[in-house]
Amino acid sequence: MAEERVSVGDLKVSTNGYEIAHSKSEVFYPEYERKADLKHQTHYCPGCGHGVAHKLIAEAIEDLGLQDQTILVSPVGCSVFAYYYFDVGNVQVAHGRAPAAATGLKRACPDKIVIAYQGDGDLAAIGTAEIVHAANRGEKITVFFVNNAIYGMTGGQMAPTTLVGQKSTTSPWGRRPVNEGFPLHMAELLATLEAPVYIERVALSDNKNIMKARRAVRKALEIQRAGTGFSFVEILSPCPTIWGKDPVEARKWVAEKMIPSFPLNVFRDRKVEIPTNNEPPRKTVAELVGGAKPAETSRPQHRHHFRDLGIKIAGFGGQGVLLLGQLLAETGMREGLEVSWLPSYGPEMRSGSAHCHVCLSKERIGSPLISRPNVLVAMNELSLRKFAAQVLPGGIIIYGREHLPEDLALPQVQVVCIPASEIADKLGSAKVANVVMMGALLEETECLSPATVMQVLEAKVKNPALLEIDRKALDAGRTYIDHMVAVGAVTQADGFAQ
Amino acid sequence: MRQLCKGNVAVIKGAVLAGCRAYYGYPITPASEIAEAAALYLPEVGGTFVQAESETASINMVYGAASAGVRVMTASSGPGLSLMQEGISYLAGAELPCVIVDVMRGGPGLGNIAPEQSDYFAMVKGGGHGNYRNLVVAPASVQEMAELTILAFELADKYRNPAIVLTDGFVGQMMEPLDLEYREIVAPEKSWAVKGTAETRKNMVTSIFLEPDDLEEHQRRMEAKYVRAQQAETRCEEYRTEDAELLVVGFGIVSRVLRSAVDEARRQGIKVGLFRPITLWPFPAKELTAVASRVEKLLVVELSNGQMVEDVRLTLEGRKPIEFYGRVGGNVPSVEELVAKIEENAAATV
Repeated sequence: MAEERVSVGDLKVSTNGYEIAHSKSEVFYPEYERKADLKHQTHYCPGCGHGVAHKLIAEAIEDLGLQDQTILVSPVGCSVFAYYYFDVGNVQVAHGRAPAAATGLKRACPDKIVIAYQGDGDLAAIGTAEIVHAANRGEKITVFFVNNAIYGMTGGQMAPTTLVGQKSTTSPWGRRPVNEGFPLHMAELLATLEAPVYIERVALSDNKNIMKARRAVRKALEIQRAGTGFSFVEILSPCPTIWGKDPVEARKWVAEKMIPSFPLNVFRDRKVEIPTNNEPPRKTVAELVGGAKPAETSRPQHRHHFRDLGIKIAGFGGQGVLLLGQLLAETGMREGLEVSWLPSYGPEMRSGSAHCHVCLSKERIGSPLISRPNVLVAMNELSLRKFAAQVLPGGIIIYGREHLPEDLALPQVQVVCIPASEIADKLGSAKVANVVMMGALLEETECLSPATVMQVLEAKVKNPALLEIDRKALDAGRTYIDHMVAVGAVTQADGFAQ
Repeated sequence: MRQLCKGNVAVIKGAVLAGCRAYYGYPITPASEIAEAAALYLPEVGGTFVQAESETASINMVYGAASAGVRVMTASSGPGLSLMQEGISYLAGAELPCVIVDVMRGGPGLGNIAPEQSDYFAMVKGGGHGNYRNLVVAPASVQEMAELTILAFELADKYRNPAIVLTDGFVGQMMEPLDLEYREIVAPEKSWAVKGTAETRKNMVTSIFLEPDDLEEHQRRMEAKYVRAQQAETRCEEYRTEDAELLVVGFGIVSRVLRSAVDEARRQGIKVGLFRPITLWPFPAKELTAVASRVEKLLVVELSNGQMVEDVRLTLEGRKPIEFYGRVGGNVPSVEELVAKIEENAAATV
């Protein structure tokens, strides 16, 4: 009597029993290199869900024609070796970091298919931050999350998804929420986010659910192909070896124990409108690296007696101390000098004091840090008291108040006092006290040209009204010092005591 | 065209010029301006900036982008670099090129935000697990922040290895003229990359080699490229060393203060010169040996408790006396302080 054969999918059923036909997706390699002597076998245990999950994914990639476009990110765990099976572009990454690596890959190859395949320890424990944030950014990737409620590869330790009461080598009396907390429901957790477009939990518990899983896997990849957004499929999966069950019992355990704790559901299936606001302008590389606009280079205008200057500028935060230093450095640069500007930088904004160091030199600058300045610009008393002693003998202090404190004697240096804040207030903006100080500094040291300072200000200050106040402030600072010289309040017209 | 530019910003200008169009990072003082400049500039030239949820995620995003063969970078400071060490080990193991900037601050732990050079061991000697090296360059000026970032991209691609730009809070925060003209920089073709194409389908990026023989072979190959780098890539600068009797050695911001101190000491008649390693790995051992052979004594200055000094000692193998002076906690020695140290050590050479 002839043998009757019926073809059911890949299995050829004969009256004598089953015959394995070894037909498989083109997306799998023809031979697996993982085991040298068993090239038709995976390394997964009999009844393991990874084999089924791999098959569903490979068939979907093949059917959707995505093999040449797909990059598979393999995790750490039993599926660390996924790249031995999938004949696609493969990237193997660190434990838990697949969604971050997939982010980098997808952003580099936006029109390709990037899949992160992760287990429960990988995704729900060590990589919790990475999956949550990749999902929240709406990365246009697909994540297949294989949840078998246990650490398989390392030999059966507790997973974040281990069921309450489930024994593992690290929960030997069964998971006790009082000590280990409750199982983590990743699909539900991710469904609280705005950006994901598709989140479903499926189970490899029986043929009917496997067919549902098949549809979910396809749908997730179709969503990525369409560029719609983040897609996530959690796959409840048997681990017979670690669970200590045979494959049939293990599938039953998925149905009877896991599904009640991890209900199967489509948690998210919607098109999400992502606003594309404030698109940045485009520039050429030459424009970008060359600065915002070409700097106009002035002829060096510093006077014949210019010498290298180390200038320390200090005051309260908010007095424009750092900006004054930058204005000075930029002006020096435009006049062809070597310059450096080094700020103090602190952890908080309020009530802080700020200072910066500016070097102006004809030569290459060594230390940008000035411990002994030639010039101190002190915008408040605190700064004056703190730094006055550092000024080199014969140097200059420009103090932003009308008089020195009476108890302070500074015989070694030349001190110029100017009520910068009061002058600035009269000009209509307390903010320009630093520019008043700049005027005083220029008039006193003649280190740089006021015209170049104005050029810099014109390039930086876009508001014409503010620019006009700056101009007046610069003039007022210079005039004040000039007047003091005229009345003999300052002993030397300019420059340094030699 | 010279522009007044912050060191941290210059990093991104150099990176853009080098063809980097991908930045993944997390803010931290005193490195945050690098992320801010990347956020501002990269989209303007069609690039990608993502502020990651952590430095751990940043470095793994870098791993992903590097796998696809693009020029990619991140930046942080000490605490962030500690978190990135896992990823750096994987990048080195998978032979992925990328650039990582460490704007060093005070440590250990949260330490403070003032400059230190105490990540030398972590960056130059490794820090992550396993046998690998980082290529490490050490800028000392704003101009070098741009130029050495470009060099770091070139070295990273040439050796398929992470390259570190190791600098400190002062060099990152300070402004100086940056003279950067547009020039064409072409990254090499990366036939090994995984790009989601038919041509690259067979490619695989991985750091796992389960068979001991395979892993040994992989590491031997890595070692061979490190030897090639040691032979070809050392860079350094010498200043007034011709007739020097005392050689001071320092990198980064310290080399700037030392340069001023050398000038000042020379004015006092002390024959002192400066040796500045520009590449910290490979360490310019051959060059240092040549200079050191002409001097009586060396003085190594660092913002640490003595880290690079170990490489100086390894290089000279006891042939010359080597003194060390370090400041820590975020204190940077003044010119006067280093002149005094030079005087002290010069007196001891005679």
